[in-house]
Amino acid sequence: MFKRLDDNPEKLVTITIDGQSVEVPVGETVAAAVLAAGINYTRTTPVSDAPRAPFCLMGVCYECLMVIDGQPNRRACRERVREGMIIERQHGAGVLPT
Amino acid sequence: MKDHYPLVIIGAGPAGLAAAVIAAEHGLDVALLDEQPAPGGQIYRAMESIPAERAELLGTEYQRGRKLVSALRDSSVDYFPDTQVWSLNHKREIGLLHDKTPRMITADQVLLAGGAMERPVPFPGWTLPGVMNAGAGQILFKAHGIVPSDGVVLAGSGPLLLLLAWQYLHAGVKMKAVLDLTPMHNHLRALPHLPRALLVHHYLAKGLVYKKDLKQAGSSTLHNVSDLRAEGNEGIASISYRHKGQQHSIETDLLLVHFGVIPHTHLARAAGCRHDWDRSQQCWRPQLDNWGNSSIDGILIAGDSARIGGARTAEHAGRLAAIQSLHALGLIHQRDRNRLAKKDRKWMREELHIRPFLDAFFHIPGKLLSVPDDDTIVCRCEEVTAGDIREAVADGHHDSNQIKFLTRCGMGPCQGRQCAESVAHIVAAAGGDDVALGGHYRGRPPVTPLTLGQLASLSPEEVE
Repeated sequence: MFKRLDDNPEKLVTITIDGQSVEVPVGETVAAAVLAAGINYTRTTPVSDAPRAPFCLMGVCYECLMVIDGQPNRRACRERVREGMIIERQHGAGVLPT
Repeated sequence: MKDHYPLVIIGAGPAGLAAAVIAAEHGLDVALLDEQPAPGGQIYRAMESIPAERAELLGTEYQRGRKLVSALRDSSVDYFPDTQVWSLNHKREIGLLHDKTPRMITADQVLLAGGAMERPVPFPGWTLPGVMNAGAGQILFKAHGIVPSDGVVLAGSGPLLLLLAWQYLHAGVKMKAVLDLTPMHNHLRALPHLPRALLVHHYLAKGLVYKKDLKQAGSSTLHNVSDLRAEGNEGIASISYRHKGQQHSIETDLLLVHFGVIPHTHLARAAGCRHDWDRSQQCWRPQLDNWGNSSIDGILIAGDSARIGGARTAEHAGRLAAIQSLHALGLIHQRDRNRLAKKDRKWMREELHIRPFLDAFFHIPGKLLSVPDDDTIVCRCEEVTAGDIREAVADGHHDSNQIKFLTRCGMGPCQGRQCAESVAHIVAAAGGDDVALGGHYRGRPPVTPLTLGQLASLSPEEVE
């Protein structure tokens, strides 16, 4: 779907996307990292379980909701990657950690 | 961050940046809040961190933003990036989230400069992974240097579609097709506005250069396309469309769509600012006087969140609103306000010469806006279809808010940002109230999400 223009960015952080370890440039949004990693969908809907992926990338569509470091319903387009960040697809409404 | 500022500006795009800088130049204590990590808004996104090479690919209009951004850095403006505003009321109390900590601050004057969002136009398959807004494609390019692998399809109607195609062309992205859904009869609709548009012919010239470059590069743009559909199961696999009376289909894993931009009115609406339906721009926009004052005392709105006018117009409107704020705060006399405003007013008038032509040329057909296919999802969050809404209209419900209660359309996480306009169009086309009368969803805080824990952590004084 997407590719990076610059294959060798200088500063990288390591994050985990759905169990897979990926190196991504510092400062990137989670949504961008996920799209560049070729993840085909980022959540399933609470209503019909349909797969969805980021749509607007500017914070207005709420399609990119993911589980980030255990917190559900985070907008992946508004969060920036951090070393060791754990990103998971969100299935349905998302469950708050107890 | 202080608890109170004479002027708080929300949004660090061209309008907010220009406003903040001029207000600070006049000695005003001004706070600029923005949800992005760096100044520039969507249009000048990542201006300070972008590699020179990529900035060049984006064109000269993008690079204009550098001056605005550096003026902010040289100013005394209290600038707060990564700050989400989740509430604003008529008393100018602002609820915000900064460093994950919620706060309430107050202001004598609030300037909303939240910019625009892409107009959501539902069509069959638009919820499939692999269908995205063209603006999203541009954000990936600007901020992250990420572009489509070969084989992307661009479709829709509006200047951004052409600009993005041109930018991709220069970045070496191979596009399978650019599908222009602008109906041919829009040319006639736009013709009466051409003489005025020619007064700012550099805009038209730029569009023609983009078209010529695309043509020379052998990129096929099809015009007068209709009946766009995205097809696939887990994600998009192909698209289909109608052109010259024939059905066609293209295999692709990425479709970028664009149907123009509309003011982002969510915060203004939650504050209670009155809005009117703008027939030529096909969107709601706030009621404003010619200084940017909204219907609520002390709340001003400037830039694309006031009315779509583009980045340069936003810059002028931002400065005019800031000058008005200086006057309202008693810092400058009315005479000085009017004198200071002269140049920006003149330049803004000139900038706006192009708008009636663009609005008419890229007028989105009513048929498209009222979502003809019953099975198409209108509310992406709650998965309410056009058919569900038409059923509600047939049952006698003609008001957007009524339909929201009945169908849950607009009750999901996006709070109706993606479906409000479509519902109004469907209701109008199905024989309900006119778009202008059917009303818009009521906006309610928090307009961006915060946890109950964050809300509860506000001190009692702040909550009062």
